[in-house]
Amino acid sequence: MAIAKVIGIETEFGIAGGPDQDPIIASSVIVNAYAQRGLTHINWDFEGETPGVDARGIAGLTAFAPIVETQLANTVLANGARLYVDHAHPEYSSPECRTPLEAVRFDAAGEVVLRRAQDFANDTLEPAQAITIYKNNSDGKGNSYGCHENYLVARSVEFADLVRALVPHFVSRQIVVGAGKVGAEGESGHLARPAFQVSQRAEFFEEVVGLETTLKRPIINTRDEPHGDAERFRRLHVIIGDANLSQYATAVKLGATALLLAALEDQGLRGFPAAPRDPVRAVRIFAADPTIATAVDCVDGRTRTAWDFQDELWTLADRYVSEHGGGAVAEPDEVRFILDQWREMLDGVRDDPDAVADRVDWVAKKRIVDGYRERYGLGADDARLRAIDLQYHDLRPGRSLAARVGLRRLADDDAVESAILEPPASTRAYFRGQCVKRFPGAIAAANWDSVVFDLGDGPLQRVPMPDPLRGTAELTAHLFETNSTAIDLLSALGG
Amino acid sequence: MVEQERIQKQRVTRPTESAPEVPVDTSKGEQLKADLDDLLDEIDEVLEENAEEFVRNYVQKGGE
Repeated sequence: MAIAKVIGIETEFGIAGGPDQDPIIASSVIVNAYAQRGLTHINWDFEGETPGVDARGIAGLTAFAPIVETQLANTVLANGARLYVDHAHPEYSSPECRTPLEAVRFDAAGEVVLRRAQDFANDTLEPAQAITIYKNNSDGKGNSYGCHENYLVARSVEFADLVRALVPHFVSRQIVVGAGKVGAEGESGHLARPAFQVSQRAEFFEEVVGLETTLKRPIINTRDEPHGDAERFRRLHVIIGDANLSQYATAVKLGATALLLAALEDQGLRGFPAAPRDPVRAVRIFAADPTIATAVDCVDGRTRTAWDFQDELWTLADRYVSEHGGGAVAEPDEVRFILDQWREMLDGVRDDPDAVADRVDWVAKKRIVDGYRERYGLGADDARLRAIDLQYHDLRPGRSLAARVGLRRLADDDAVESAILEPPASTRAYFRGQCVKRFPGAIAAANWDSVVFDLGDGPLQRVPMPDPLRGTAELTAHLFETNSTAIDLLSALGG
Repeated sequence: MVEQERIQKQRVTRPTESAPEVPVDTSKGEQLKADLDDLLDEIDEVLEENAEEFVRNYVQKGGE
């Protein structure tokens, strides 16, 4: 059976204001404000970060190995997440989660963490320097920042098969999980400039496969940095996705992709639709058509709309679950929920968008944009429509439009609060989070696959965690119950 | 072929569906419209006062 689809989701938040209006300073202020409240102060450990290693096994001549910045604020939270400054953005990387709905909770926890950090920071700043944070992916002026997903995949899966299976999904899933955007900002080429796009990110993609994340962004990213045992695991790093405000969209984005990966692992390429002849063009064409009626030519000679691709992929996932079960992704009830929502949202965007405006971000956003434009007879390029777009993603409760459109939630306030304070139980994030929570003074640093202890005398001691599915509550909770100090814990671990 | 893409209004019913006769529920549509109208009524209090400046000043460095 397919290995468990451990999931992580990382979001770079948009940021404005701060001292000197400098986004790098503002991002540092945000991360430090959270740390200074005693909510985190553990350093991130850069051992094992190899973002320049290419899954294709070759170093692309055009590839710039991403630079790991070590001097910027960088912390680990008690829930096992990482909160840090990435380039010029505050970023929250969720802990490793065992199921899509668990990842939804920890993604929502990230929103609250950033909102609180924003409040803490603004308590110390002059009003004119107030920092505002946005969970979006573009500034409307040609600058994009990411919301990345990570999935645990067996190393035995050929990378070429991942590309073959996932390109049709990644070009088309935006009609269900896109966050929507007013206007266009990149070179839309032959396309008329669209008034509204289904996705924030689509027009920033220029290649089908590649290593980069900031230049010539590829639909499939080849970064081979498993953060675990490289003999057994791949970590599929997905950079083509929008940050969602709708928790249902996050659930379907993660759940659908995880199910398709499990299907690929268990039954190969059977049932996956043929790819578009020109995937990059398909991404952009699909984004620029909110009527979702446009079809593209595929390598099997057929034409398909984004809806057609998603329909075939849903059917494949549904069959896979009925034949193999969806145990690699979640318990049966959760898998059924994911499939049902994916189906409803897919049919809804085609047949009755209003019916899914409480779950599909781009539909929810488009309704307000269209309603406001019609009410006041505005032109398509009116700044107020772009302000609506921006404020859909605004983390300030008084300014957020996403908070006012009636989006359904999957995680209530209590569930989100516990996801801020406690790590997931069923991955190694449990061990990391518990260590950070219980022994903050004894930890020198931590990262995805190890925790480094500093017991005051002698060398630092690294506890490696090469398997994302170990270090769970089931395997280690008794160690935390019976060992009240870091020294005892390390002794019990045999260190 | 000059244009690769074509506009297609596909309304293919999936074979597993039995396509039941669903009475049109106008009350739901009206409720949705009323909710949107309520939001549009209050939205000016939520939107930044100077949209032009607010949008112009929002400039990010690329990330990732």
